[in-house]
Amino acid sequence: MADQFDLECRNVVKTFDDFTAVNDISLAIPKGSFFSILGPSGCGKTTLLRMLAGFQAPTSGDILIKGSSVLGVPPNRRPVNMVFQHLALFPMMNVAENVAYGLKRRGIDKQTIAKKVNETLARVGLPDAGPKQVNQLSGGQKQRIAIARCLVLDPAVLLLDEPLGALDLKLREHMKVELKQLQHEIGTTFVYITHDQSEALVMSDQVAVMNAGRFEQVGAPQDLYYNPKTAFVAGFVGESNRWTGTIGSGDDNKVEVILPTGGKVLAKRDAHMPLVEGQNVEIFVRPEAIAIDGASGAENTISAKVENVLFNGAASSLQVRDVATGQEMTVALPQTGAYASVRAGDEITLGWTVENTRCFAANQSGAGA
Amino acid sequence: MNKSASITTGGTFRFGLLLLAMPLLLWLFLLVILPHVDLFLVSMRERISYGKYEFSLINYIEFFAEPLYWNTYVRTAVMSIFATALTLIIGFPVSYYIAKVMRGKGKNVLFLMCLIPFWVSELVRTFGWMILLRESGVISNFLQWAGLADGPVEMLYNDAAIMVGLVYTSMLFMVVPLVSVLDSLDDSLIEAGYDLGGNTFTVTRDIVIPHAMPGIASGCIVVFMLTLGNYLTPNLLGGKDSLWFTEQIYTQFITRFNWESGSAFGFLLLILSSVIVWVGLKLSKQTLSETVG
Repeated sequence: MADQFDLECRNVVKTFDDFTAVNDISLAIPKGSFFSILGPSGCGKTTLLRMLAGFQAPTSGDILIKGSSVLGVPPNRRPVNMVFQHLALFPMMNVAENVAYGLKRRGIDKQTIAKKVNETLARVGLPDAGPKQVNQLSGGQKQRIAIARCLVLDPAVLLLDEPLGALDLKLREHMKVELKQLQHEIGTTFVYITHDQSEALVMSDQVAVMNAGRFEQVGAPQDLYYNPKTAFVAGFVGESNRWTGTIGSGDDNKVEVILPTGGKVLAKRDAHMPLVEGQNVEIFVRPEAIAIDGASGAENTISAKVENVLFNGAASSLQVRDVATGQEMTVALPQTGAYASVRAGDEITLGWTVENTRCFAANQSGAGA
Repeated sequence: MNKSASITTGGTFRFGLLLLAMPLLLWLFLLVILPHVDLFLVSMRERISYGKYEFSLINYIEFFAEPLYWNTYVRTAVMSIFATALTLIIGFPVSYYIAKVMRGKGKNVLFLMCLIPFWVSELVRTFGWMILLRESGVISNFLQWAGLADGPVEMLYNDAAIMVGLVYTSMLFMVVPLVSVLDSLDDSLIEAGYDLGGNTFTVTRDIVIPHAMPGIASGCIVVFMLTLGNYLTPNLLGGKDSLWFTEQIYTQFITRFNWESGSAFGFLLLILSSVIVWVGLKLSKQTLSETVG
């Protein structure tokens, strides 16, 4: 049963002296999927990846690759390969030698190596790059060579440690799509580490949100975005208006949250989250969930004054302030171009539904995005 | 060369720059070029009688005709190459350990420990070895006390003793460039080497050594030149039979007062070291500018 998973972690813990970097992580990654681990820097994701690659040994717990434990197996014998953060291409070798390096270590004959190297270079779209020196390549090309160098070995799992971090924005956007396509074509399981939520959301089949050594939530990108299970996930994945308040009255489906400014917001009551009256909570409302000019059926309506128009093409937004309470919030502008005439100082009516208002107990997590 | 070229760049004579370069130019001219020109001229003459000299190649011919000179010359070259290789073999793991394995404070401490012996003069250090190695020395006494030797053991005045002294004397000059070049090697390159299936041997051969090559070359050049031109260590640790070429030069100049022959020997030593360094650079595919810069 276990062999339907390419990679499995069972209660993996890693401590350094009295610091727990990775705290009781369990995961199972199905064959051929793109799995991302998303978290802020220092959350332990790199430590976890290095344990998967074999550079560090877990303090306790077990790691299984294709159903068999790899504890005590050194990195050079594990069927996983890693794309390093700064790629770590060998500058003393040309591109073809870089790609051939792993095959040579396996003692494969020269013709087969040359054939496989050419195939792999063609697969990453750089068929003529073989004789080039590493420093002649552009950032995106280096990226592809670093991936080719691993793929040529047919690893069970490919580990990627924020490989897009060093690229400029345009190229990063482009490489995101390219990586996803590449993974789709070759069907190798990718484990991708990043602190950039957009990378994780765009590319992955499954995302694990990691914070302070633990997984906060594992799920499909849509799941994380629309149904965050913890305050940390709600705050870290995507943009949100985030307010703190205390619980007032409520029923089975919704609760009233009283903000420090005196405003009242109706929030959804999650079935598995016990909330009692007077409890401190954090509520999250996505900027795009707020409709301008009173959409029908919105339980929460306020009138607000526009303080700033932040124009950014399709991602334009307004910074507004509640006229009654002075509460600040961000509202996304519809991408249709409606309300393009809104200016600072205008007064508008805003509305959003209970469904789009998430409420989490405030002490539940040290949440900080 | 570069200095004098840049002084007249664009046809304008820059007095300030010349003034700044003056110490260097004086140093080069007075201490390097002038003595060598004079040495060369002296080596190309023969003393006919008191105060009377004639142009001749007799000093060089003498060198090739006399097997003792010739043998000493070759022996010095071979021993120096061997000492350089030995220093590299011992120095490389030491440097790798300091640069890549140690972290934080321990790194500086170890590096300092390599440096400390060089706070005293070479003479004192060599006498230190003599105290250890001589017949009535520490090691000899210890062996007798431990019952491993019946009588006093003489460990001085042989080639092994010379080698020990030379390697010890040169170690720092190998470790310093190696540590700095290995420090600049990104750890993730080594990890990538292992990750892609390499073992310690192949990672060292394919990644660490190619990266360290400029440091290896510069360390070897310095150590080789120091060893080849060393006088004190072979003389003290090797005794009368050490047959080091610098001793021949010394003998010609001081004992035999034959400056013509001594100058010729000096020149031959210069040629020897230049040729071997050049061959070494060619074999390791390094360039001098890359190695020094």
